[in-house]
Amino acid sequence: MRKISPSEITPEHVYLSRRELLKSMGILMGGAALLAACNGNPPTLTLEPGLPGDPTIDPVDPSASSNVDELGDPLNTFDDITNYNNFYEFTTDKIDVARLAEGYPTSTWEIQVGGLVHNPTTFSMDDLRNFEIEERIYRMRCVEAWSMVIPWMGFPLSKLLAKVEPKAEATYVRFETIHDTKGMPGFSKYPFYQWPYVEGLRMDEAMHDLTLISTGLYGKDLLPQNGAPARLVVPWKYGFKSIKSIVKIDLVTEMPISLWMNAAPNEYGFYANVNPEVDHPRWSQGSERRIGELGRRETLMFNGYADEVAALYSGMDLAINF
Amino acid sequence: MKRRRFHPLQIITYIGVWIPLAILLWDLTQDNLGADIIREATLRTGKTALVLLVLSLAITPVSTILNYKPLLKLRRPLGLYSFMYASIHFAIFIGVDYFFDLTLIKEALLEKRYAIVGLTTGLILLVLAITSTQGWKRRLKKRWAQLHKLAYLAGFLATVHFAWLVKQGVVEPWIWMGVVLILLLARVPPVKRFTISVRSRSASWLHRCISRAR
Repeated sequence: MRKISPSEITPEHVYLSRRELLKSMGILMGGAALLAACNGNPPTLTLEPGLPGDPTIDPVDPSASSNVDELGDPLNTFDDITNYNNFYEFTTDKIDVARLAEGYPTSTWEIQVGGLVHNPTTFSMDDLRNFEIEERIYRMRCVEAWSMVIPWMGFPLSKLLAKVEPKAEATYVRFETIHDTKGMPGFSKYPFYQWPYVEGLRMDEAMHDLTLISTGLYGKDLLPQNGAPARLVVPWKYGFKSIKSIVKIDLVTEMPISLWMNAAPNEYGFYANVNPEVDHPRWSQGSERRIGELGRRETLMFNGYADEVAALYSGMDLAINF
Repeated sequence: MKRRRFHPLQIITYIGVWIPLAILLWDLTQDNLGADIIREATLRTGKTALVLLVLSLAITPVSTILNYKPLLKLRRPLGLYSFMYASIHFAIFIGVDYFFDLTLIKEALLEKRYAIVGLTTGLILLVLAITSTQGWKRRLKKRWAQLHKLAYLAGFLATVHFAWLVKQGVVEPWIWMGVVLILLLARVPPVKRFTISVRSRSASWLHRCISRAR
């Protein structure tokens, strides 16, 4: 197969490194951008080495099989992905999570999988390593209207569920993050939330091939700030559905109530599918800021995975089932 | 030519108000703003605008409590610099975040309550900045003081704008709202009279103590 070089792909949007962004901000302050705005085009900047999507990216560490996602949009840098995180168990400050999570012990981890299954199992990290690990380049769209493109490593959740043999009556999967009140400062700092962090999926969503248990990114093991050692990745839903640092998975009959559904039932629903048509009550979901870019891009239905997942919701009113 | 004399507090203020911008620009050059530079720059300039506005509102009550009139000279510059930061905040929103995408801006700005409140706050500050000159003060006479009471509304709306943007469980905006309301309360005539009487009584008490000690 012929390798497509990034220069051949013309992304609709301009992507910039932070320094490029800085330069453009300088241009902007000079007023030159006002001219660019008049003809309706974002400024065009040429690709420079070190930019996301650049072929000179270190092929070994960190590594990804491609510089772009299937839409031709460049990957975010390892640095951005590992230094801009929502992980309230550590702090609500996205920039500070990496520092607070540094060195968080995840080597002796276990995930209990039970509930309505024939074969309840506790998976050790070695057990998880026995699954065939593959790379998946997914867009991650945060409910706060920013997004990244991330090369995850992991395996479909369906493979893990197959091992425990769900009973026929199981209709939902309930996930729980570690509730380590000693090791993570967020629990005492934010008593407002009903800890632990809980998320849920409908059985068909959980069994969907796009739904991933991720154990790494950019070819490396996950760092604590990204939800080490194992987390969920559901790319067509807002980021908060992709629960981090999972310790417990239960198959149940009742729809799990997530932490965010508890905190603000009118704002965060069970489904939380990325949907530009259904706004957050307080802000628009019609556009998003791709980290590293200037300006905004329009948010895609189901985050661009409509072909794969729209059928799961046929006949449902997505404004009601938000 | 009349030489203008600055009170040391004025000098500190005129220098101090530039520090947040200097830090922001420094962090920008040092790549210290995290992955989402636009968000960080927006948040910081907005926060600075709020803090300066609250400081401006705090001047009158604090000068009443301390009985120190030179403080009043800081009220106008603090308000004006608050407007400057609010303008940068707005410019980043329009020009960098949304890159002049008028369709998206219209949707974000005119249909969402947090944005409408933010825009209203900015417009109040704009009117107050324009009419902050001696000329306007003379022209508007009594109505000038009435008009400039809108600074309290701007302060309150700024905290509402803040509160509507954060997730549930984040308390900081509500603290700022409380501060603005306390500052407003301090201007209510009975409260002000009470403050003055407590001040003069404690001053005379202090005076007596000192004389007795001698």
